[in-house]
Amino acid sequence: MGGLDLFDTGSPGSAEGALSVREVTRKARLLVEAGFRRVWVRGEVSGFKAYKSGHWYFTLRDAQAQVRCVMWRSDNARLPGPPEEGTEVFVEARPTVWEERGEFRLTVRELLPTAAGGLWQLQLERAKATLEKDGLLDPARKRPLPPFPGRMAVVTSPDGAALRDILSVVARRWPAVEVLVVPTRVQGEGAEEELCAALERVNHLPSIDLVIVGRGGGSREDLWAFNTEGVARAVAAVTVPTISAVGHETDVALTDLVADVRAPTPSAAAEAAVPDRAVVREALDAIARRMGRTVGARLSVADQRLARTADRVTASVDRIVAARRHRVRELAARLDALSPLKVLARGYAVARTVSGDVLARTAQFRPGLPFRLTLADGHVDARVTGGDV
Amino acid sequence: MSERVPSFGEELERLEAIVRALEDEGVDLDDALKLFEEGVERLKSARTRLHEGELAVKKVLRNADGTLGTADLDD
Repeated sequence: MGGLDLFDTGSPGSAEGALSVREVTRKARLLVEAGFRRVWVRGEVSGFKAYKSGHWYFTLRDAQAQVRCVMWRSDNARLPGPPEEGTEVFVEARPTVWEERGEFRLTVRELLPTAAGGLWQLQLERAKATLEKDGLLDPARKRPLPPFPGRMAVVTSPDGAALRDILSVVARRWPAVEVLVVPTRVQGEGAEEELCAALERVNHLPSIDLVIVGRGGGSREDLWAFNTEGVARAVAAVTVPTISAVGHETDVALTDLVADVRAPTPSAAAEAAVPDRAVVREALDAIARRMGRTVGARLSVADQRLARTADRVTASVDRIVAARRHRVRELAARLDALSPLKVLARGYAVARTVSGDVLARTAQFRPGLPFRLTLADGHVDARVTGGDV
Repeated sequence: MSERVPSFGEELERLEAIVRALEDEGVDLDDALKLFEEGVERLKSARTRLHEGELAVKKVLRNADGTLGTADLDD
């Protein structure tokens, strides 16, 4: 206590020694804080009010008494949500006197509901009930996942194990997909707001086929953002199919109930998101076999048909050729009969001028005229010598 | 952000349709051979996509003007 004189017994009745209000409330505060240290208090919550600053103000009461309480934002931020009005809670608090009001009050550091499941469960049930009322938990809302996503978004912490797991599974199964990571905090102060913003952002990314939202395992507090109504609504508002993967097998988060698919782990989410290329390769092989088989069969049918056609083509060509050949021979024979060579062969000759005109009359044979005699086996150059014929 | 390539699902659906058409005796041989050629091309491209080695991963960033952009994950 140092030099502090709590029991100012010096001059109790003297007006000169009167304390100012400030002094007496300060003394009262110091006295209370020194006397109580930290205590656990049990009571019913009433008059709860959360201020814009984030601080909570409420009254704890039981049948006989009541006490004003404050829980600073720095302490209540760890909690999933405010306590229900009228419920009984335990608080760990430091009694003090609020000097400005001269009011005895508890500065609450920790608040635990006595109800089964605690405050967390209470918050969860509350959020679930509103989502249910708005139809967001309706199984009919669930959309099927696209079988072959070309581009997917992953809403998670860029540094978490969840992202590493997802990327390694996707790279192994279906590296043809493009992955867009939308980074966000997934726990602690601001996680809820960041998750909501990141999910909203997905709606502005072009050509996204599906989104995985999630994180690895952790304590109930770590996973809490995924149990908030805000994040659950943000998941429901995503325009493409969603996969929620929060924590380990056993944890079920509110986002799991709202998403189109719930995956027990981030790796399982990745497996649900993309096909296995080994399976797809087999499907392609099957298509290739079917294509080859059916075209092969049709080609061999066509081949036989073609072979038969070719046979017929050849036969008719032969007939045409034979007919032509016959006609050519006929014409050749007739040509032969018409040929003047036949006449010459009998010993006649044809006389022609040098320029080729036939000399058929004696008058044409003038003395000295050079002419050519054509015989069956060749020709002879000659000249007219006689004067008269 | 790159232009979206035709989706693998569409490619596979087209391949299935080609096989069904080929198995339909009513399609004449000329058309069947054209389908076959198309099928072979599509099979080739689908298989190429299956073998794409490196997974493309980008992270989405908010630009100063509020628009969205992407960057390499490790930046």
